[in-house]
Amino acid sequence: MIINEELVKEAVKKHGSSRAALIPVLQELVAGKNYLSDLDMVEVAREMNLSAADVYGTATFYSFLDTRPRGKYVIRVCKTISCSMKGKNAILATIEETLKIKLGETTADRKFSLLETNCIGWCHKAPAILINDEPYTELTPKKVTEVLREYIKQ
Amino acid sequence: MSKIPVQRVDLIFEKITCKEIFEKVLQSKPEEIIQSVIDSGLKGRGGAGFPTGLKWQFAAREKGADKYIVCNADEGEPGTFKDREILDEVPEKVFCGMAIASLAIGAKIGYIYLRGEYKFLVPKLENKLAEFQQLMQDLGHDFRIELRLGSGAYICGEESALFESIEGRRGEPRNKPPYPTKSGLFHKPTCINNVETLVYTVMIQKYGAMHFRELGTKDSRGSKVFSVSGDTPTAGIYELELGMSVREFVDVFGDGDTKAVQVGGAAGFCVPRKRFDETIIGFEGVPTGGSMKLFNSSRSMYNVLHNYLDFFAEESCGQCTPCRVGCQQLLKGIEAVKKGEKSHKYLDELVKLAATMKIAAKCGLGQSVGNAFSSIVENFKEEIIY
Repeated sequence: MIINEELVKEAVKKHGSSRAALIPVLQELVAGKNYLSDLDMVEVAREMNLSAADVYGTATFYSFLDTRPRGKYVIRVCKTISCSMKGKNAILATIEETLKIKLGETTADRKFSLLETNCIGWCHKAPAILINDEPYTELTPKKVTEVLREYIKQ
Repeated sequence: MSKIPVQRVDLIFEKITCKEIFEKVLQSKPEEIIQSVIDSGLKGRGGAGFPTGLKWQFAAREKGADKYIVCNADEGEPGTFKDREILDEVPEKVFCGMAIASLAIGAKIGYIYLRGEYKFLVPKLENKLAEFQQLMQDLGHDFRIELRLGSGAYICGEESALFESIEGRRGEPRNKPPYPTKSGLFHKPTCINNVETLVYTVMIQKYGAMHFRELGTKDSRGSKVFSVSGDTPTAGIYELELGMSVREFVDVFGDGDTKAVQVGGAAGFCVPRKRFDETIIGFEGVPTGGSMKLFNSSRSMYNVLHNYLDFFAEESCGQCTPCRVGCQQLLKGIEAVKKGEKSHKYLDELVKLAATMKIAAKCGLGQSVGNAFSSIVENFKEEIIY
């Protein structure tokens, strides 16, 4: 919990405590620890002189500001039309099989979370996924297995 | 790609020296810059198509020193990916467009709102931005650009939702009027333009308004960057002269079996094969922010529509009832018809609901759900029912 407070203080110091800094602060926290806990949001509210409800209301509006524990690597599989047409289901099934988790779940070692997301802007190179900020495109089950293997090694 | 009868253009990705152009623009009066953009006939390239020169003129006429330039890089429309490529290939041209706009309207601060899905571009953009700030300093123009990231909300591409997001709030659209040129970011006069639009303003300064105006048609001047995907052997990004018919487009990009083209993404219109000849891609026909998605006869249009409605039901901000409830009901409705729980006549009720959303929804998201819905249901009724 002490670590949380420090992270929040650092983020607020970096981005400032004006209202416009709220989303950059929350983004910084998510980038650092992959999700926002209730305590994080209470702490942000205290540091930025906002109500905790306001911080929670803002955070939960944005799908990339996760308020549930996630793994170190968040895999987002694009489910919008082009990716869906070009074999997204096979990619999803391969990831589930490789990591032994279902959609929405996190591996026991807290390394990977598997989610779906809406269009990520790679329709001409479908199917595509994001692993944290990194896009991977023109995937096949074989290719996605290789990508995952690299992450598993890390 | 040698057999292209549609006119290829190379303005957006042409490598140029922004310094030369900006030095030239610095010699012009704001009214002259605005007039050249008006004369070019350029309309917004994000999809809505508002005349860019007029937008600049409205913002320029507002009093007060606090004004903002915002670059809308929250490219979220399914099937659109050209802004990512523009920002990746020619970021300095985007910054230059913002600087030209700042001269025209009298702004000192600009924001780029980049969708979170494109965060991987940030290191590169920050590098290029540092170079650009140095150039502004060297040329003695007081203008600074800040980069802000989205966090996975399609609605933040709507201009007033985007302002709310930069201000640190939920991305919920505001009532209009007032329009952004009067009251935009931080409730100050704001000029918000799409990435591609800003680059065209640079090229208009380079080659002159007439060079741009001579391309395209009376209603759709110039060229446009298209994002082509779906059932096509040549998916990718193409800058083409405006004014072609869907038929001409399909002849080049189709796989020989194209049964429909979704023009303008999930918020756009579905054009069936029987309408290919008569439908012009542009403001006189079907407008598009660039998304062109081809479907061949192996595709179920029920699945296509279901995918779009699922998208809208998730991305609706939930603020106004017509959109929040309407998206859910349209989705449940086609599922019920497909399962036979509702008669096919129920589709007529759903089309009426979509029409109501067009009138009653607060922003462009809810208002445009009916575009795809009605055009798919009316042209592919059998596929939706059976």
